[in-house]
Amino acid sequence: MIGELLTPVLWLGAFGLLFGGGLAFASKVFAVEVDPKVPLLKDALPGANCGGCGYPGCDAFAVALAAGEAPANGCPVGGAAVAEKVAEILGAKAETGERMVARVICNGTFENAVERAKYYGVMDCREANIASGGSKGCQYGCMGLGTCEMVCPFDAIHVNESGVAVVDSEKCTACNKCIVACPKNVIKLVPASKGVHVDCNSVDKGKDVKANCKVGCIGCQICVKACPEKTIGFENNLAFINYEGCTECQICVQKCPTKAISGQLEKLREASSEN
Amino acid sequence: MVKLFVILLSAILVNNFVLSRFLGICPFLGVSKQVETAVGMGAAVTFVMTLASAITYVIQYAVLERFGLEYLQTIAFILVIAALVQLVEMIIQKSSPTLYQALGVYLPLITTNCAVLGVALLNIQEKYNFIETLFHGVGAAVGFTLAIVLFAGIRERLVMSDVPKPLEGFPIALITASLMSMAFLGFQGLL
Repeated sequence: MIGELLTPVLWLGAFGLLFGGGLAFASKVFAVEVDPKVPLLKDALPGANCGGCGYPGCDAFAVALAAGEAPANGCPVGGAAVAEKVAEILGAKAETGERMVARVICNGTFENAVERAKYYGVMDCREANIASGGSKGCQYGCMGLGTCEMVCPFDAIHVNESGVAVVDSEKCTACNKCIVACPKNVIKLVPASKGVHVDCNSVDKGKDVKANCKVGCIGCQICVKACPEKTIGFENNLAFINYEGCTECQICVQKCPTKAISGQLEKLREASSEN
Repeated sequence: MVKLFVILLSAILVNNFVLSRFLGICPFLGVSKQVETAVGMGAAVTFVMTLASAITYVIQYAVLERFGLEYLQTIAFILVIAALVQLVEMIIQKSSPTLYQALGVYLPLITTNCAVLGVALLNIQEKYNFIETLFHGVGAAVGFTLAIVLFAGIRERLVMSDVPKPLEGFPIALITASLMSMAFLGFQGLL
C-alpha cells in the first residue's frame, strides 16, 4: 500500500530533480549576460509606451539607452526629471533639453474663420480633409473635429467651444501623437517657456488669407521689421518666430494688424507703466 | 512510405489539432491578431512539438514502460515538456539571438500548451513507431500553424470590417473560428 504510493512520488521526484539539476546546469552553461542597467532604466522610465522617443515602447528605449544609442533626454514624456534619473544610471550628465509642448497654431474659431460649406460626414479631421479639405475657407487651419483629441493619450488637447483645438500645456508631454494625426499639420512643437507665438498656418497670399480669416497672417512683415531682436523670420507668406532669440517683448503682438501673433500684451503695459 | 504520408496529411488537414481536435485553443485565440506574430507562434510550436514528440517517445518506451509506470504518463510528459521548453529557450538565447528574438516571446507560452501534450499522448495511443511519431508531430504542428495563420489573416481584415456592436472583438473571432472548423470538416473525405 505505502509502496504503491511511494513509487510515483519517488519516480516523479527523481524526474523533477534530474530536470531541475539539468536546467540549473544549463542556465550556467548558456548564461547570457544582460546589461544590468537595462532593468534599472526600465524602472526609471514612465512606462507609458507611447513611442514618443521613436522606439517601440519603453523597453526598447531602455535597451537603446544602455547601448548608448539613444540620448538620455530622449523621453519627451518624462522630461527633465526622467532625463536626470536616466543620466544618473548611465553615469553621464543630463543634457536637459528645453521642455517642448504641442501648440495648435491656428485661431480660426467660428467667429474668426469663414465657413464655405457645411460638413456632414464622419466627425474626424482626416475624413473631412479628404472631402475637399474640410468646411473652412482656409485650407491650412484647424478643422476642430477632434482627431487630435481622440489620439492624445494624456487628455491634453481639446476642441473648445469656439471650434479650435487647444493644448493644455500642463498635461502635454510632446509625444507627437497629435502632430502626426493632424491632416492639416497645424500642430507644432514649441518651447513651453515661451509665450509669444504666430498663430497662423496659412501660406496663402495676404488677400486670400484676409478673405478667409480675420486673424490670419497676411504677410505684411510688420512684425519682421518691428522685432528689436530680429528674431522673426518670413517664409512662404508666413511669419515665424525663432524662439531662441525671442525675449517676449510683445512688440510684434502689439504691431500685428490682424492679431495673428498671440502673446501677453498686459506684460507690455506693465513694462510701460514702470518706466 | 504511404503510411507516413497519410499520417502527415491527416494531422495537417483532416484531424487538424486546432480545428477538429480543439487542442491549443488558447494560443489560437490569443496570438492571432496579426499574421506576423501568428507565424512566429507557429514556428515556435513546430519546433517544440517535433522535439517533444521525439523526447516523450523515448521517455515512454525507455523509462515508463520498462518500469511499469504507464499510469504516470500524463504528468511525466508535462514535466518533460516544461523542462524541454526551458532548456530550448536557454540554448536558443545563447546560440542564436536572432532566432530568440523571433521565437523568444512565444516559447514560454508553449510550456503548458495542451496541443503539445496532446500530440505526445496521441503518439503513444496510436502506437506509432519513432519515425511515425516524428511525422505526426511535424504534421500536427504544421496543421496548427496553418490554422493560426489563416485565422490571423481573417482577423486582420475583421478589424476593418463593420461588425455589429455586440459581436465586436472576441465574439466575432469565436464565430469565425467555428466557421473555419466547419470548413475543415470538408477534409474528412480526403482519406
